[in-house]
Amino acid sequence: MSPRPATVRVAAGQGFWGDWMEAPYRQVTGGQVDYLMLDYLAEVTMSILQKQKSRDPSRGYATDFVTQMERILPIVVERGINVTANAGGVNPRACAAAVADVARKLGLRGKLKIGVVTGDDLLDRLDGLVARGHQLTNMDTQRPLRDVRDRVLSANAYLGAAPVVEALERGAQVVITGRVTDTGLTLGPLMHAFGWARDAWDLIAAGTVAGHIIECGAQASGGNCLRNWERIPDLANVGYPIVEAQADGTFELIKHPKTGGRIDVPAVTEQLVYEMGDPREYITPDGIADFTTIRLAQVAKDRVRVSGVRGKPATDKLKVSIAYFYGYKAVGTLVYAWPDALKKAQAADRVLRRRLDDLGLKFEAIHTEFVGASATHGALALADVDGNEIPEVQLRIGVRAADKNPVDRFTREIAPLILNGPPSVTGFAGGRPRPEEIVAYWPALIDRTVVQPTIEIVEA
Amino acid sequence: MTKRRTVRLVNIAHARSGDKGDTANVGLIANNPKDYPLLVKQVTAARVARHFKGMITGPVERFELPNLHALNFLLHGALDGGGTISLKTDAQGKVFSTALLRMEIEIAR
Repeated sequence: MSPRPATVRVAAGQGFWGDWMEAPYRQVTGGQVDYLMLDYLAEVTMSILQKQKSRDPSRGYATDFVTQMERILPIVVERGINVTANAGGVNPRACAAAVADVARKLGLRGKLKIGVVTGDDLLDRLDGLVARGHQLTNMDTQRPLRDVRDRVLSANAYLGAAPVVEALERGAQVVITGRVTDTGLTLGPLMHAFGWARDAWDLIAAGTVAGHIIECGAQASGGNCLRNWERIPDLANVGYPIVEAQADGTFELIKHPKTGGRIDVPAVTEQLVYEMGDPREYITPDGIADFTTIRLAQVAKDRVRVSGVRGKPATDKLKVSIAYFYGYKAVGTLVYAWPDALKKAQAADRVLRRRLDDLGLKFEAIHTEFVGASATHGALALADVDGNEIPEVQLRIGVRAADKNPVDRFTREIAPLILNGPPSVTGFAGGRPRPEEIVAYWPALIDRTVVQPTIEIVEA
Repeated sequence: MTKRRTVRLVNIAHARSGDKGDTANVGLIANNPKDYPLLVKQVTAARVARHFKGMITGPVERFELPNLHALNFLLHGALDGGGTISLKTDAQGKVFSTALLRMEIEIAR
């Protein structure tokens, strides 16, 4: 066994599918790193991938990952950097096969082991699980799964760091997973590198906090940071965050030299509170982290130390994310100009709603916003804004229904307002809005014992 | 007697928000740790619920993080069903954070 390192660096390369294409390359070339962590999966992504896979069994993974790997694999192999990515989506084996193909094309035959983590996908097991008493009740609404069973599109349990650790132990340099938690992609490398036990709860919690801080990429290094935002340097060249961890669970957030952005206590704090629930119980498959124990300190420019993190044992449940078909929606917009921009937009909204009503169209929801006046801050903003003096207001009106027909009819009622509604209207060049299918989420819990991760090793 | 004046939260705090289902969270962070007790005392769950009246349909929960000089608020029923269902521009609650920063509190002059 190789000696344990004093410090281990895990670099964040993607915070979501669609993040900056340049980031992974910059992370593996801008300075020394041991691991590159790439997070691709949002809840919406799983159902899109499941749909792709149902049309073509060789698809269903984040194809961008393969493109990224084509660019960085030679560097990764030469420098011995490990990669962890949940790019496998609903088809991790196909993703691994595509990466192995790319590796061979790059002349890396026999030089790369790819670990494949599966076992999270419960779609084909749902009826058996329900028959055996696993209700998969909606955590928010307490409704039973049978209410939507015939409309389910994907169902995945959240796996934690454990299968990532096992893949790394079996020699995988690149670990491709399905629905592994974002935090597990960082915690797994730290557990592997330092030999942390699965029940070392404070260490597990520390690695989870590290994962939470970097899982959204540059959102921890100056991106989307409100505090003194105008003074954050060179976002065009932003450095993505890197965890530099020690065996005792203390770690520091850094970024590569000569990059932009800012790593300071306010930026890290903003990311810590992002998507937070009860801070005393940040629950993952690996354990529970208590965010009220985190200590932050600025120890140098662009270097924040995180220490003191305490944890508690994991629960006996895993979260399951189920996606199901919900219905249709469409959103249409028009722009009204000064004078009286807001009043005109409000008048147009009344005209449109009256027409929808006269047509007898039934919607689950009609939602109107006045962009430029009150769309995001509602009445709180209208107290400060004179809607009739501002230069323009965008009327944005959306509808939602289980049935496609009323939504489709709605999309034909926007354009007529240009000639037969209130004046000074423009901004309709985009044409008629299109009805979109809505996929909704069904969060549930399942006994940990019925979900068995599987690890395979593929050689390039 | 100490003279008081009102300030907007935007002048003494920063914030970030996100979503979980139909719930938006807002993390409110004191710019200066010495102002954290002011936030604890004045930016109560009840006050935040009044602030967002008409914008959210459910209750407001508050959690304290003295270690980060931060409060975390959960605004339930804030996102018109949340994520993909929502018809809102801010379907993921990303800027509820700055809407909270419009609130005024009292400080010593």
